[in-house]
Amino acid sequence: MFLVLAFNYQILIISTLHLPCILFAIMESQIKQKILFGVFIFVALVYVIRLLTLQIFDDSYVRYAQNNVLQEQTIYPARGLLMDRNSELLVYNDNIYDLFVIPEQVKKLDTVSFCQVIGITKEEFIARFEKIKRQKGYAIYRASVFEKQLTISTYAKFQEMLFDFQGFFVDVRTDRKYKYSNAAHIMGYIGEVTEKTIEASNGYYRMGDFIGVSGVEKTYEKELGGIKGVRYVLVDSKSRTQGRYKAGEFDTAAIAGKKINLTLDLKLQELGEELMQNKIGSVVAIEPSTGEILSMVSSPAYDPNLFVGRDRGNHYMELLRDPSKPLFNRPIAAPYPPGSIFKIIMSLIGQHEEVLFPNTEYYCGGGFNSGGLHVGCHAHGSPLPLQGAIAVSCNAYFCHVYRTVVNNPKYPKVEDAYNKLYDHLASFGMGRKLGVDLYGEGTGFVPKATYYDKIYGRNHWQALTTISLGIGQGELGITPLQMANATALVANRGYYITPHIVRRIESRKNPNPEYNIKHWCSVDTSYFPVVINGMEDVVNHGTAYVARIPGIAICGKTGTAQNPHGKDHSIFFAFAPKDNPKIAIAVVVENAGFGATWAAPIASLMIEQYLTKKHDTRPALVERMVKGNLTHKPILNDSTATKTSAH
Amino acid sequence: MTQQQPKPAHIDWISLTLYVVFVLSGLLCIYASVFKETNPNIYDMDMNYGKQLLWIVISLFIALLILLVDEKLFYAFAYGFYGITIILLIATFAIGAEIKGSSSWIRIGGFQIQPAEFAKFGTALALAKFLSGYNINFKDIKVKLISFAIIGLPMIIILLQNETGSALVFASFSLVLYREGLPGWLLLGGVALAILAILALLFPPLNIIIFLGILAVIVLVFVRRTMLLIFLTIGIVAISSIYVSTVNYAFENILQAHQRTRINVLLGKEVDLKGAGYNVQQSLIAIGSGGAFGKGYLEGTQNKFRFVPEQSTDFIFCTIGEEFGFLGSLIFVILYMLLLYRLLVMAERQRSKFNRVYGYSLIAILFFHFLINIGMTLGLMPVIGIPLPFFSYGGSALLSFTILLFIFIRLDANRVNELKSFE
Repeated sequence: MFLVLAFNYQILIISTLHLPCILFAIMESQIKQKILFGVFIFVALVYVIRLLTLQIFDDSYVRYAQNNVLQEQTIYPARGLLMDRNSELLVYNDNIYDLFVIPEQVKKLDTVSFCQVIGITKEEFIARFEKIKRQKGYAIYRASVFEKQLTISTYAKFQEMLFDFQGFFVDVRTDRKYKYSNAAHIMGYIGEVTEKTIEASNGYYRMGDFIGVSGVEKTYEKELGGIKGVRYVLVDSKSRTQGRYKAGEFDTAAIAGKKINLTLDLKLQELGEELMQNKIGSVVAIEPSTGEILSMVSSPAYDPNLFVGRDRGNHYMELLRDPSKPLFNRPIAAPYPPGSIFKIIMSLIGQHEEVLFPNTEYYCGGGFNSGGLHVGCHAHGSPLPLQGAIAVSCNAYFCHVYRTVVNNPKYPKVEDAYNKLYDHLASFGMGRKLGVDLYGEGTGFVPKATYYDKIYGRNHWQALTTISLGIGQGELGITPLQMANATALVANRGYYITPHIVRRIESRKNPNPEYNIKHWCSVDTSYFPVVINGMEDVVNHGTAYVARIPGIAICGKTGTAQNPHGKDHSIFFAFAPKDNPKIAIAVVVENAGFGATWAAPIASLMIEQYLTKKHDTRPALVERMVKGNLTHKPILNDSTATKTSAH
Repeated sequence: MTQQQPKPAHIDWISLTLYVVFVLSGLLCIYASVFKETNPNIYDMDMNYGKQLLWIVISLFIALLILLVDEKLFYAFAYGFYGITIILLIATFAIGAEIKGSSSWIRIGGFQIQPAEFAKFGTALALAKFLSGYNINFKDIKVKLISFAIIGLPMIIILLQNETGSALVFASFSLVLYREGLPGWLLLGGVALAILAILALLFPPLNIIIFLGILAVIVLVFVRRTMLLIFLTIGIVAISSIYVSTVNYAFENILQAHQRTRINVLLGKEVDLKGAGYNVQQSLIAIGSGGAFGKGYLEGTQNKFRFVPEQSTDFIFCTIGEEFGFLGSLIFVILYMLLLYRLLVMAERQRSKFNRVYGYSLIAILFFHFLINIGMTLGLMPVIGIPLPFFSYGGSALLSFTILLFIFIRLDANRVNELKSFE
């Protein structure tokens, strides 16, 4: 205490002694001190204001920081598997490796060694970058596809040198693999999304994504495609992944595509394609009670695995250029004149219109003659009632039936009667799309009354003018699917269920309620038995005797459709067994001659296969069918859509 | 006989506490900017923070040593220290290791020493001793020249070592000279020259000369013209014109390309986000994305994922800005100002001129580092690589600042003894 006092006392003495001098010094130094500290505070204030603007007022830096570290990665879901009706695997997924680039992060790239690894030239490298920059949705910080589908060896080499190629990374995803080379047209294929699809998808699809382009892959894209997931990862300044963003809080998992069971029977399909090889045409087999398509062959076919891998584009172009049009899905799109099988339909409509009765007989002396018009017929017993006329496929008989239907005095005008016929045909599913769950279904062609008005003038035509329609010729065009559907309708004695290709999605059976509805045709069910008996006779001792299988009651009808471009189309449709039918089938072999020569045996073998699970009882027939090469004939580009005339 | 050991009560605990706070915060920031989640061990000697921890221990030991030795030692050996640092500086030319384009390092074992850092306190001691000598009047032109020489010698050597930043630090001694009697207008003149230099880089020299001429005419029209004033004005314009042209010439011909780029980027004449501008851009993103309260310790993405180059050394402030936000930055600035203010108060209470000059040297150096380093991270100053005292990673810098500060604390603790010696 004393010390402190003494200390203060000292100061006091010194201060008073040197007061003026010290006072001046203190004043001056205090000013300088204040000036200096003023400068410090000024600088500090400037910096604090700068901090305020950077950190509080300007929020763009938050975004910049996020752009620096946040990388959005797409997780591609596994595409759904495809199986046949017996759960035999048809389509699965295989790994493919795509090379991506984030242009912003490409630094110090050794272009020479990079090009070596990828196997491109420097010019291509530059061109590639130019192309990427022109793409929609391009951003310097976003990943763009640089090279698609690296080979596994390139991928391995690339992975080794990944660190040297900053800004590039490989994304593994899956591509389709087809276990069998069958049913290419049904399964379809996937391809890259187009700009249009990307735009329409509201940003869901990105450049380089795959999407179903045809077949089931297209119609069931939503189910098969699954839902893409997003993963946000943090990357460091060298764009190396550093972990999940907020522990994956904003991530969404990819939802795998659904597994789909087709209605196809693989064994039946294999047989159908084998029998149809080196022929042009179609086979459609339907289970009448459900409308399920058991087999659908479009010949010539192609191997679906051609649409896998980086050469898919080249393969596509090759197939596109092939004059036999392997990409054309004939069963659902190609209209053929049905020929004599149309007589079955006319028999039913005639009865319903009460101009034809089971015991109606017409005389046939080698054909139909009326007013200078002649439609030829082959030699057979005459006159015959309806059932017998079907069995021998009498042309004259059905010309009469057609005449009585169209010139029916019940209707005031011919066109009214014809329109009635048109409506009947429509109720059989002809001349319009059935609504199959496959892409590219055609309508076929059934001329309307107005069609003939245009040609002949209104009221200037009648039954005889269009008589060839009565025997399934003329302008008529029916797709094989429509033929098979009509067969199923006959088998069901009056109704059909829209043919469809998907049997089950995951565990949900018959997923589309549309495919449960019975579509009754406009012909009363009571008119069917006599026609069906006729069809049975066709096989048992009629024109399609070759199709007979002991122990199975097959009901069928051959057709030989004339066409001006070449040999007749060989057509056959049938269902079996007669009671409680399990399969309805339509076969068209283009330019092959009589229906009984090619189409009927093929149908018969397939019926046998489906009903008995084997087709080895008639090896000679199988051999003749398999070896039959009908493609050496001149192939015409429009051979599938021929308009034929009865003359 | 007066006691030579300072009593704990005489040590300035405020500045010492601030020192400890800074050094420890610095360590945390260094840890944050280089740690890996897979290896969070702070004692890992392979990592910068492990080394820094070692340097902190060494620094504290040296600090304790300084507090324990006789304060007269610093006065007595002031020129000796200065001489040693100059010799070390020159020695780097012979045995120096080149690191990052500058040849200012001496390698000792696993560590590198940068003599330029230690030259600061050698110079401070020498200047303090010289100015506190008998019959030294700063008005004397010889005194001025010798003062400038003491400051200029290490500055030139360091400049030759390509350490522009460290060399510029010596310019801060002008604040000390100002306190000791250098007229204010000289400092103002210096600032004016700096502004002119910036203008010279921004605009063509001829435009500036014409502008200055017009300005001079206007001044002469409006004030009462005396012969002296007219000559003075013409003289200033003439000297400015020569200066502006020289600066422009020097910029184009003497500075190296990367230095030109840095300055151009700062002046906004060039946009170069990949090169020199990248550091600043990433630094701004780091600080700017911190927001009001920061992203949290060890949560800064810029920081963690190495977007800011030199983050643990020159750009250490980014860590504060990003992880602790505006609040953290503000606290830092306030604490730093508090330290400067405390040191100013301490400097002014010194009875000994030696102590005072030394104190002002310390203040000037600390302020200059703050001005350049923080200004650089905020994009307001050119990218000049000088560390943020007590925070930046680097043993030489930490040790040098510690010695600088603790010598002053030691001197300050003894002022009571000095008073007693009057008895």
